[in-house]
Amino acid sequence: MSTTVETRDTVEALSVEKYKYGFTTEIAMEEFPKGLNEEIVRLISAKKGEPDWLLAWRLKAFALWQKLEEPHWARVEHPPIAYDELYYYAAPAAPTPKSLDEVNPALLNMYEKLGIPLNERAALAGVAVDAVFDSVSVATTFRETLAKSGVIFCPISEAVREHPELVHKYLGSVVPYGDNYFAALNSAVFSDGSFVYIPKGVRCPMELSTYFRINARNTGQFERTLIIAEEGASVSYLEGCTAPMRDENQLHAAVVELVAMDEAKIKYSTVQNWYPGDADGKGGIYNFVTKRGACRGRNSKISWTQVETGSAITWKYPSCILQGDGSVGEFYSVAMTHNHQQADTGTKMIHIGKNTTSTIISKGISAGHSNNTYRGLVKIMPNASGARNYTQCDSLLIGDQCGAHTVPYIESRNASAKVEHEATTSKIAEDQLFYCRSRGLSEEDAVGLIVNGFCKDVLKELPMEFAVEAQKLLAVSLEGSVG
Amino acid sequence: MTALPTRSLEAWRYTDLRPLDAMSFAEAPAASVPGDLPDIGVPRLVFVNGRFDAAASSALMFAHGFATVTEESDLPLALINAQHAQDGLTLEIPAGVDAGVVLLVSYANGGALHPRHRVSLGAGATLTLLEVIKGEGVYWHNPVTDIVLAQGARLAHYRLQNESREAFHLATIRVGAAADAAYESFTAVMGAKLSRAEFHVELSGAKAYTHLNAAQLLGDSQHGDFTSVVRHRAPDCSSRQTVKSVLSDAARGVFQGRIEVDRMAQKTDGYQMSQALLLSPTAEMDIKPELQIFADDVKCSHGATIGALDEEQVFYLRSRGIPEDTARAMLICAFLTEALEPVTHAGAHALFEAAIETWWTGK
Amino acid sequence: MLEIKNLSARIGDKEILRGVNLSVPDGEIHAIMGPNGAGKSTLSYVLSGREGYEVTGGEAIYNGQDILALTPEARAAAGIFLAFQYPVELPGVGNANFLRTALNAVRRARGEAELDAVAFLKLARTALKNLSMQDDMLKRNVNVGFSGGEKKRNEVLQMALLRPGLAILDETDSGLDIDALKIVAEGVNALRSPVFSALVITHYQRLLDYIVPDRVHVLAAGKIVRSGGPELALELEARGYAGLEAA
Repeated sequence: MSTTVETRDTVEALSVEKYKYGFTTEIAMEEFPKGLNEEIVRLISAKKGEPDWLLAWRLKAFALWQKLEEPHWARVEHPPIAYDELYYYAAPAAPTPKSLDEVNPALLNMYEKLGIPLNERAALAGVAVDAVFDSVSVATTFRETLAKSGVIFCPISEAVREHPELVHKYLGSVVPYGDNYFAALNSAVFSDGSFVYIPKGVRCPMELSTYFRINARNTGQFERTLIIAEEGASVSYLEGCTAPMRDENQLHAAVVELVAMDEAKIKYSTVQNWYPGDADGKGGIYNFVTKRGACRGRNSKISWTQVETGSAITWKYPSCILQGDGSVGEFYSVAMTHNHQQADTGTKMIHIGKNTTSTIISKGISAGHSNNTYRGLVKIMPNASGARNYTQCDSLLIGDQCGAHTVPYIESRNASAKVEHEATTSKIAEDQLFYCRSRGLSEEDAVGLIVNGFCKDVLKELPMEFAVEAQKLLAVSLEGSVG
Repeated sequence: MTALPTRSLEAWRYTDLRPLDAMSFAEAPAASVPGDLPDIGVPRLVFVNGRFDAAASSALMFAHGFATVTEESDLPLALINAQHAQDGLTLEIPAGVDAGVVLLVSYANGGALHPRHRVSLGAGATLTLLEVIKGEGVYWHNPVTDIVLAQGARLAHYRLQNESREAFHLATIRVGAAADAAYESFTAVMGAKLSRAEFHVELSGAKAYTHLNAAQLLGDSQHGDFTSVVRHRAPDCSSRQTVKSVLSDAARGVFQGRIEVDRMAQKTDGYQMSQALLLSPTAEMDIKPELQIFADDVKCSHGATIGALDEEQVFYLRSRGIPEDTARAMLICAFLTEALEPVTHAGAHALFEAAIETWWTGK
Repeated sequence: MLEIKNLSARIGDKEILRGVNLSVPDGEIHAIMGPNGAGKSTLSYVLSGREGYEVTGGEAIYNGQDILALTPEARAAAGIFLAFQYPVELPGVGNANFLRTALNAVRRARGEAELDAVAFLKLARTALKNLSMQDDMLKRNVNVGFSGGEKKRNEVLQMALLRPGLAILDETDSGLDIDALKIVAEGVNALRSPVFSALVITHYQRLLDYIVPDRVHVLAAGKIVRSGGPELALELEARGYAGLEAA
């Protein structure tokens, strides 16, 4: 029996229920009737006290969504989603709190338990948090501190009321409501999410963070995030996601839009740990997300970093439209799947401006019965002289029942551009494992160590406060799947 | 007739057959053999407008008559071929026989031709098959070649696709390799207004091996598509692929290459490299290398690069007194060298080198 | 005879050479020394015709001909040879093929008969032997997988075969151990003759122990700020370049 098989058997014998965020929170909720129709869209808009233009936009999106077909080009399989069985709005019944003191203590306790204290005194130093619970934002910390430097960080529903001109100008300008099936659905029914505006020349003084939590049963979460960095501004933003363990699949269809003007920099990091379902593939979140950044300005930069360990199905391609001359797009990704998880994730880098550069580093780890696909597009348009792309996609297979797939599309229409792509697929080398074990590490620790090393180029891109957390998450996600 | 595939099919996203669809081709007419057929001093088999020309061909004991076609796949072009095929090469090399080198010449000058070629090698048999494909005027050549390699058989298959610049060339080549069999292949894509060479190689026995290379040299508004699927179905198989494209003027090159590794196929060793040189501002290259892997103990990698000639290298050569044109030609030849590796037969190698040189000087 | 008069050049918007004046008579070896960023490599690239350098003024006359308007290959044919600081790798291009193509191109331009493969090999083998190099050097791809020393020796081999009238050695000593340095120096010294001259560009005095220059010039901030005999190199080694800009 080879070492690998031995370890796999040992580890598979361990419990696989390692998801420590799987609890539910009992709290009085207000829910709209289930199912989706024009009435629900109007109700959501009315609940938020939205202006007419936004309602009209939602209705256009809804009308289009009804005509669109659910996409099936990704390498993921799922039973038909019963869109009419879902609740599209669920929120704590209490009125929207004005300050942290008014937030329901049950919610504060829940976030505490998730390791996200909302109390500013106990909070992580230098990190402002917007906490989104099912369909609404329940608290945003450090708003006053941020306001002093002119940074706006608030729930998007509030931004619609307080800063309508900004929202009107940018909402849907990067991801149009008709972009794809799930973006259209989101545009029709989004209920909350975060809004960030960094004025000209301002370096955001704190890390900004949104923590998404799905709690209610049979509820879809459709948040919308909009981040605008004006000329010379910079911001680092992090999102985290968890959900209770439930046997039914739940739908999460978010849209994130980023806009970077001249010399602006946006760093967007995600630690996605939605409930992945149980060892037999029952339950878990369907994570169908559209994320896109527009580098509109000269020398602007958008950097996506993601650590994806959760969700039953992940379908997301954080992308960059490199329009400004000299703009830079980056995509750093770790996607880990085990049990029956399916991930189809990657990026699109569209080079439009001159001397635009992009870097793609993707690390996929498949274990158990999972399937993990990298899918990416690098497109060099005719005017993108001097454009440069470097892509590295590595896949690691753990066990012989999983799949690892790489599907890059590379299209160049400019002779002065240079595109380089490399991809490898392998398993953990026996000699590396043996070397670690001969130095006294257990095989599970050895695998954890090697996997962390495999992911290092991505993990080092995370803000420091979260890098350690992400490493632990990888180790936990590996438990029960090593072999 | 089965409809031509459209771009809505993922396998056809980069090649648009509407220009072909807009034309209507009658069955290819009978034609006489042109005077300048290639001859490299080996047995030669000649097809003219899709039909075997006995007068121009050598007598070969391994060549047999054409038999009717049943098509089992759902590949649209193979289905169309099956509906129209009337002739084709049938080569059967018995077990243990070294059949040397055979030259297959396909010449066309009009109409639609759908030859169905079959090549089978018995256990331990070897053959080098050199195909030279050429023509004049407007026509549609839609050949399907089915190759079966028994245990330990070895086929070296070289193709020089030099069709008329007004022609459509859509070739399907399918290979099944049993244990220890080897399929070594090189295709030079130089002709046709629109072409596609689609290879399906199945390594179905342990330790089967394929080397599947190509060089595309395209100019004007030529469109060349090299598509391959290499499927590893058994343990310990290996595949090597180097595909080079040199594109000038408004030419467009496509490479789609998928390596599939079945759960059974442990210890697979798969490697694929695709590189393109864009020589003009209006040339375009689209690459889709794909890995689809279901076994864990594998070593698979692919790489792709698209760029221009390295001006640093051009300057280095010029600083040693080499004229700019010669310097560029040397670097392009050097770029292509690796792809020609499987061509070990000296006569065939010389033929390809001459074709490449002519291509460049004709620029 | 190379005469550089008031030569100015820039890369993009950046002025690098700001009026260089220099004469190298036939038969002499001149060293150009100077701090990093003084424009030493730029001078060698401008003289050999590399793209990306814009000559904004002045001229460079070699044997009566203004070379600045010539293509790189025409300069090579005229007898100018640049030994690169970082020799370029040419994957897929065999060294023998490269050397013979270059040699015959230069011979053709000079009105000499081209060499066939046999005559070339004979010549190349002799040159290799003189430089203590292995014959397999000819079979390898140009500079691919060569060590730093092998690359520099390959430059000297090319120089020996092309027999230039003016060699420009751009920091040929960088990254060389003492044995390789000696071989390079011997290669240059072997070419010394009344019709051969050389510009030896270097940051350190070390190379000049083996290739003794007739004159030493100091290039700083794009200008020749001092000239002298071989003793100037020793002085620079002892005192450094500080304060030279003002001199």
